Amino acid sequence: MDADDRLRIALATDLDAAFERLVDGHADRLFTIALRMLGDRSDAEEAAQDALVRAYRALAGYDAARIRELRLRPWLATIVLNLCRTRGGRKARRGPAPISVDALPPGSNEPASAESAGPVAVAERHAERDRWAVWLADLPPAYRAAVVLRHVDGLSYPEMAVALGRPEGTVKAQVHRGIRLLRTRLEADARLVQEMTA
Amino acid sequence: MTTHDATIERELATLTETAPDRLRPAVLAEVGLVDLFARVDSPLGPLVVAWNGLGVTRVDADQADEAFQARHLATTGRRAYRADVVPTRLTRAIERRLGGDRRATIELDLRGRSAFEQDVWRKALEIPRGEVRPYGWIAAEIGRPRAVRAVGTALGHNPVPLIVPCHRVVRTDGSIGQYSLGGPANKRTILRSEGLDPDGLEAMAARGVRYLGSDTTGVVCLPSCHHAKRITPAHRVPFRTLRAATVAGFRACRSCRPASGAALAAA
Repeated sequence: MDADDRLRIALATDLDAAFERLVDGHADRLFTIALRMLGDRSDAEEAAQDALVRAYRALAGYDAARIRELRLRPWLATIVLNLCRTRGGRKARRGPAPISVDALPPGSNEPASAESAGPVAVAERHAERDRWAVWLADLPPAYRAAVVLRHVDGLSYPEMAVALGRPEGTVKAQVHRGIRLLRTRLEADARLVQEMTA
Repeated sequence: MTTHDATIERELATLTETAPDRLRPAVLAEVGLVDLFARVDSPLGPLVVAWNGLGVTRVDADQADEAFQARHLATTGRRAYRADVVPTRLTRAIERRLGGDRRATIELDLRGRSAFEQDVWRKALEIPRGEVRPYGWIAAEIGRPRAVRAVGTALGHNPVPLIVPCHRVVRTDGSIGQYSLGGPANKRTILRSEGLDPDGLEAMAARGVRYLGSDTTGVVCLPSCHHAKRITPAHRVPFRTLRAATVAGFRACRSCRPASGAALAAA
C-alpha cells in the first residue's frame, strides 16, 4: 500500500483531517504541471491553487466508496490540465505565449564549457533548464501535456490514459511525437553551436 | 531509444518545481480548513481580522502575531496564517457595514458556534447604526425572553465584534455596559463614532426614562430609535414603562419595537 492508497482511505474517512496531506503531497507536482503548461509562475500558482480547491469541493461531494476508488495522481492531473486549458485559451486570445525563445536573456543558449565550475556552472545549469522549458513550451499543447505528464510528472501510461481520457496507445504516440520534436530542436541547436564554434 | 532520447528524458525530469510557500495556506484557507489574518484600521485603531474562503472568522484587538495565532487556535480549532492584506472585497464590505449600510453583506464563518449564539449575533446585525437595544430586547426578539443572561454571554463571545455590532446592545437599566473588545471605554468610542451620545442616553436612563413618545404621531419608541430622535422637545413625552405609554394612548414603534423585552424592563 503506497502513500496515496493510505491517503485515499484517510480522505474517505475524514476529508477535513486528511486534505492537508493531499495538499502537501501534490501541490508541487500540480504547480509543476501548470508551470510547464502555462509558462508563467503566477498563472501556474493560480491554476494549482484552483485545482486543489476544486479537488476539495469535489471530494466533499463524493461518498466514501467513490473516494476509495479514486486514482488520485491522474485525477488531480486532469483537474489542473483542464484549468490550464481554459487559462491557456484566454491567454492565446489576449496575445502571444508568455515564454518564447526571444524572451531568453542573451547568452543563455551558449554551450556549457567543460572547465566551468562554481557559480558559473550553476548559472549554466539554470540556463540549460530554461532552454528545455522553452522547448517544452513550444510543443503543441496535446504533445506538451503528454510529455509533461510522462517525463516531468512521471505518470505511468495507464495513469496518463486516465488523466487525459484517451486510450493508452494514443497517449504513447503523443509522447513519442513530442519527444521527436524535442530531439529535432536539440539537434538543430547542436548544429548551430557547431557552426558558430567551427 | 537513441542516446538523444535518453538525454531528453533526463533533462525533462529536472523540470520539476517547488510550489511557492503561500500556495498551501491559500488552498487550505479557501476551503475553510485554516484561516488567514491581517490588520485593518477602525475607529478603535488597528484591529486584527481573520478570514477564510467561507467568510470572516474573527476580529480582535491588535496584538503580537503569536498571541493572536494561539488564541485563534484555542477558539476556532484552526491555525491562522499571516497574510499581507485583507482582501479588498472584505475591507469594502466591513467599511460599508461600519458606515451603517446594513445591506452590505459580509460572509461570516461561524461554524462550531451554537444555534442560540448565531441567533443572537444575527439579531444584533439588525440594530441600525447610531441606535442601541437592551439585552432583553434581543432575547425577546429571538423568542427566548427569559434568556437575557445567556444573550449577554453570547454577545461577550462575539467572535467578530464591530462587524456583529454587539456594542449596540446595552444593559436593561439603560447603562452602556461591558464590551469584549477592550472594555467599556471602547464601547463608548464606537457608539460616539456612530453618532450616538452615550452619556446623554445614560443620563436619561438614570432619570428613569426608558421610552420616548411623540404627542403628534402618538408613537412610542426606544430613546435611541431614529424616529425618537426626530421628536422636537416640545412634543417629546418621556415614559418609565411601556405600559404607561400604552395607557396614555401611544402605540409602539414598528421600527424599534419597544415591546420586545418591555416586560423585563418594567420588572
